[in-house]
Amino acid sequence: MMNTKYVLSNDKVSQYNKVKVRTEEVSLYYGNFQALRDVTLNIPECAITAIIGPSGCGKSSFLRLLNRMNDLIAGARVEGLVEIDGIPIYKRAIDVVELRKRVGMVFQKPNPFPMSVFDNVAFGPRRHGKISRGELTDIVEQSLRQAALWDEVKDKLNQSALALSGGQQQRLCISRVLAVEPEVILMDEPCSALDPVATLKIEDLMRILAKKYTIVIVTHNMQQAARVSDTAAFLMMEEDRAGVLVEHGPTSQLFTNPKDQRTEDYITGRFG
Amino acid sequence: MKIRAQLTSPRQLRQRIFFGLLILATIIVVVPVIFIILQIVISGSDTISWEFLSQSPSEAGKAGGIFPAIVGTFYLMLGTLLFSLPIGVFAGIYLTEYARDNWLTRLINMAIMNLAGVPSIIYGLFGLGVFVLTFKFGMSLLAASLTLACQALAMTITTSREAILAVPKEHREGSLAIGATKWQTVRHVVLPQARPGIITGSVLAMSRAAGETAPILVVGAAFLLPGLPQSPLDQFMALPYHLYTVAAHVPGIPENTMWGVALVLLMVVLSFNIVATIIRLRARRRRYG
Repeated sequence: MMNTKYVLSNDKVSQYNKVKVRTEEVSLYYGNFQALRDVTLNIPECAITAIIGPSGCGKSSFLRLLNRMNDLIAGARVEGLVEIDGIPIYKRAIDVVELRKRVGMVFQKPNPFPMSVFDNVAFGPRRHGKISRGELTDIVEQSLRQAALWDEVKDKLNQSALALSGGQQQRLCISRVLAVEPEVILMDEPCSALDPVATLKIEDLMRILAKKYTIVIVTHNMQQAARVSDTAAFLMMEEDRAGVLVEHGPTSQLFTNPKDQRTEDYITGRFG
Repeated sequence: MKIRAQLTSPRQLRQRIFFGLLILATIIVVVPVIFIILQIVISGSDTISWEFLSQSPSEAGKAGGIFPAIVGTFYLMLGTLLFSLPIGVFAGIYLTEYARDNWLTRLINMAIMNLAGVPSIIYGLFGLGVFVLTFKFGMSLLAASLTLACQALAMTITTSREAILAVPKEHREGSLAIGATKWQTVRHVVLPQARPGIITGSVLAMSRAAGETAPILVVGAAFLLPGLPQSPLDQFMALPYHLYTVAAHVPGIPENTMWGVALVLLMVVLSFNIVATIIRLRARRRRYG
């Protein structure tokens, strides 16, 4: 399952996949508190990149940099460069709404809207312009199929999404993102609220989606990172609690032959 | 294993005393309400008849009916809702979703909360000065609706804010994260969920407005009018003001007539509250159905 098509390292980047998302010396501040320091990371296209690290090291903050969700937090400030397809997304001329259409996000807790299954998936396309009922029906079916949920919900499209199980709700949230045809999907610990069976279903789904989408997943679960990702990045915090990138490389290498002692300590369970 | 003995242990005793106190407090709250309602229903029900509800008063309210007062109160409630609901909801949206959390916003929030505590006669004088005299609406339904709307605003804004704040942050993020704009998120995710709370709050504010006497006294309520108001600039009759005048200023009026007016006022307010409850329950059922 390990995809070793690319060889990535932080200092020397030589890869075969195109870089989809690039950060260069990015720092993030919440008021006076520095949450991230000088993170430089290349995220390959059509692959799964896992962000791992101890609690509070800024994994989620880093993820939320990539679709500018941190903008919603009062006092958040970003320094450095974040690029998607070579376009700096923190430039003044960037339309945040367009950016978030291209960079969708799935959250820790499944957050379906209190409306029908159909309306949940149709939510994005409806907001993004006039669309015929027929087209909408097609998009909803396709998105649910892509998220491996169609067979389970095709008879209850008009029922409340809140009646679904937790795992189904999370896959519904994934189809809701897919319905706006993003290029990058950010997942913030998408399985932490799910049971092991539902977790495996989501992981299988991620492998399939990775053929078409660039996926960045934050996870607490190192087994999950090892199972599902192509490249992995290890973040940890320094004395002042600011998160720094310690190491980034192909998942197999990071887990079997880490270059940095701190990575090894973490993955062998010596701290964190 | 002396289970029986434990029932009289000091701990059990204390437990039962406090339980009793709590029940007593609840009963003290409920009993006066039941008495008031019983009194009004028993004394007032004889007066209620089709004539009483459908005719205009005669002999200074001693005979005839209270039809113009019922209609006037309905007009007043509608007028109050018309002005206070949109402004209250928009202000609530602005204060929760758009306003930055700074000293100005906090000051505004505090002012709104204090607005609810302003005595209603002050609103009446404000309405008299602003709507009746300055805007030259005269003593009228329009001036009274606007005055009561000002008073209702405090409650509408506060309940709207609470209902909007109760919508989980995750739903807003879910919507924003697939490229919905802020307004689309408010319109299609936040407001539908906040709607039952907003409706409940504004109906309660409205039924409170229906019961107000002091403010409308000075901005347009009349004791006796030959007919219904023909335009928003006409004067009007209203149930609470009618009740106040027949009780205080008409000697020799049959007591049951007063109770009858009180009963009708109570039913008007109650029917609005029931409508609000039904709307809320249906919204909830639709959400989880």
